Amino acid sequence: MELKNTPLLSEHQKLNALMADFAGWYLPIHYGSIVEEAKHTRQKVSVFDIFHMGEFLVKENPVKSSLDKIITVPVTKIKIGKCKYGFLLNEKGTIIDDLIVFRLKEDEWMIVVNASNEVRDADIISSKLSKGSFFENISAKTAKLDVQGPLSREIVSKIAGEKIKELKYYSCGFFDFFGGNYIISRTGYTGELGYEIYIDVNKVVDLWKEILKSDFCKPAGLGARDILRLEMGYPLYGDELTEDITPLEAGFERVLDFEKDFTGKKSLLEQKNKGLKRNLIGIESIDRRQPRHLNKIFFNEKEIGFVTSGVFSPHINKGIGMGYININGAKEEDEIKIVSEKTQIPAKIVKLPFLKETSIHR
Amino acid sequence: MNVKNGYYYTKEHEWAYISGNRAKVGITDYAQHKLGDITYVDVVQTGKVVKQFEVLTGVESVKAASDVYSPLSGKVIAFNSKLTDSPELINKSPYDEGYIAEIEISDNSEIKNLMDAENYKKYLKGLEK
Repeated sequence: MELKNTPLLSEHQKLNALMADFAGWYLPIHYGSIVEEAKHTRQKVSVFDIFHMGEFLVKENPVKSSLDKIITVPVTKIKIGKCKYGFLLNEKGTIIDDLIVFRLKEDEWMIVVNASNEVRDADIISSKLSKGSFFENISAKTAKLDVQGPLSREIVSKIAGEKIKELKYYSCGFFDFFGGNYIISRTGYTGELGYEIYIDVNKVVDLWKEILKSDFCKPAGLGARDILRLEMGYPLYGDELTEDITPLEAGFERVLDFEKDFTGKKSLLEQKNKGLKRNLIGIESIDRRQPRHLNKIFFNEKEIGFVTSGVFSPHINKGIGMGYININGAKEEDEIKIVSEKTQIPAKIVKLPFLKETSIHR
Repeated sequence: MNVKNGYYYTKEHEWAYISGNRAKVGITDYAQHKLGDITYVDVVQTGKVVKQFEVLTGVESVKAASDVYSPLSGKVIAFNSKLTDSPELINKSPYDEGYIAEIEISDNSEIKNLMDAENYKKYLKGLEK
């Protein structure tokens, strides 16, 4: 299958990016050093090209919301200008996708989904919405740049105006810049103060260049993004979240609204009653070696689970990762072994997130 | 990719810099580039006896865990202990500060199994095709 291109392809190539396949897209993995890009994001600010992610627009009467029954969070209770993390589930209660819902207006929502699931999500959501509801997949015409890091407010306010400084964590709004009226949210996948800018695909090259005019902002690729999200214990669809996993197992009961009806609710209530068979844990290696996808987890010589993802964390200076273990298989601070064909890495179970002090609420 | 004259090379992208009966060994600029940020290097114990093209140590990068093979047979007389805390020296300076170990060569005739800089350059060109 031919890989899809971002409108910023030639910009990435000018910057000597290492490009590779990610979720069917040809995307920048790094511009020289994954580790340096992750460090720069936490110290200053980085810009990420996130064009590949999907965006949908839904308009309907909030009094008779059908979207509310499709997604695990109460979309009609989200205040206008607020964002909420949630899930799209199947009847079994396992995860089709994780997403963020933006309440843009009284009767209008934007949903941001993973690139790998965009087409399927659009089919499922549009087919389940009421006949009178409006649905549009705006992914192809919507570019997304993430500006993340303690200095991100400086950069974004220069572009979108001083009003951006009032934007609170997990809020969004419309801002006038580059001759249009565009959505910016104070969200991200790095754990730092940061903004996600949704702009017309035809203007994203100009915006990218404008952002990079700043002396302290550098481009960062998907490699750094993976380190940053793992240091915060954020799950990634395809690794921690799959159609074999329920949000309860992944530790996300807080974004399941059992007061309302939603697809998968019945199965999740059953799972709750029966008790979970496994749960998501944080793993910290004894040294710089990283747990890797599908390594086995051993405790007291017994296999108790598997690694979903891992990286070297330049901020903890150790290998870190996440994985699923049998419930009660081991507990926090227990010493485990991460086993692959080649190596056995001593590690321990730790509480998530790995990094506690960041600029996220600054 | 940087290839240094006066060094000898393996097909697996290790190098040896030979002086007398000793050789410093490491991985090439090509190898560090392919691996990406090196995040860990297994300590090599001095006194360890290695055979040509057999595993000397392991390195880990953001991308993968890989074996490093010894370009020559011999006895390890030193490990570059700076790599324990700063494995990124391999990325920054693969032929110098980022060397991995020093070996006392047991069989000088094995050098003929290695490529010189010219041949290694040709070999890399062949890989690009």
